Amino acid sequence: MTKSLFLSNLILAIIWVMATGTLTEENFLFGFFISFTILWVITFKKEERKYFTVIPKLLAYIAFIFWEIIKANFQSLKESFYPKSKLEPAIVKVPLDAKTDVEISILSNIISLTPGTLIMDVSDDKKVVYVHVMHLLDKENFIKEIKLKFEKPLLELMR
Amino acid sequence: MKDILIMILASFGAIFILSSSIGLLRKPDVYLRISVTAKASTLGIGLMLTSAALYFNDYSVTTRIVAIILFVFLTISIGGHLLARAAYFTKTPIWKGTKVDDLAGQYDEVTHELYSEKHNSSIKPEKDTSI
Repeated sequence: MTKSLFLSNLILAIIWVMATGTLTEENFLFGFFISFTILWVITFKKEERKYFTVIPKLLAYIAFIFWEIIKANFQSLKESFYPKSKLEPAIVKVPLDAKTDVEISILSNIISLTPGTLIMDVSDDKKVVYVHVMHLLDKENFIKEIKLKFEKPLLELMR
Repeated sequence: MKDILIMILASFGAIFILSSSIGLLRKPDVYLRISVTAKASTLGIGLMLTSAALYFNDYSVTTRIVAIILFVFLTISIGGHLLARAAYFTKTPIWKGTKVDDLAGQYDEVTHELYSEKHNSSIKPEKDTSI
């Protein structure tokens, strides 16, 4: 359902570009936005309307991930000059709610790119990941934070 | 105006890469070193390439730079994971200040299978007290 709506959205955007006759990025994005609004108006089925909540959520999630990456870099910039006594590294077992291979690989990529964490390995039965943390204050809190911040919105998008 | 933006982006990228190399020197064990280099280089490379895209201001250059940034982001985390895994298999000593090590003994010695429940094998790196 979502795929066919995305395709018709794309086709409408291309038609918009052809009709206006100017092939620039801005015009394509504008056409995409216009056809998105048109489809939003004319779609009535409940399962099809999911598409219109997924696209803004996806954009928000990507923006959030970029913000996290920038924060991670500033943090590791600061940490490079820390003395050793301030470090509290640990390897923590984090149980997974994600089931399929695609979900797990996207999640572990995101975790690897964000503040002070590095994926060590995924267990062979795909139930847990082992994460190396640079600053572990509280184990339970850390697991909860990863699940709430990264895993829950990702699973909402994928399912 | 554009010149100033290019300068700011390029120097911030250089600072991030410099900080990751300082971290590489200062961190006590191999796992922390992998963690520090994998992170700072992502944004460093990203900012430098963005400034290059602004400098050339050309469609073909920009698309290539977007592709490079995407692939760097995809491969750096995989590289970090593989390096850390290989270091753990060869029992590279872990720093003595490590608080928790849930991975100790979870790998099978022969098949290299990773268990999620409690497992007891000989693959556990020793705590390095010399550093």
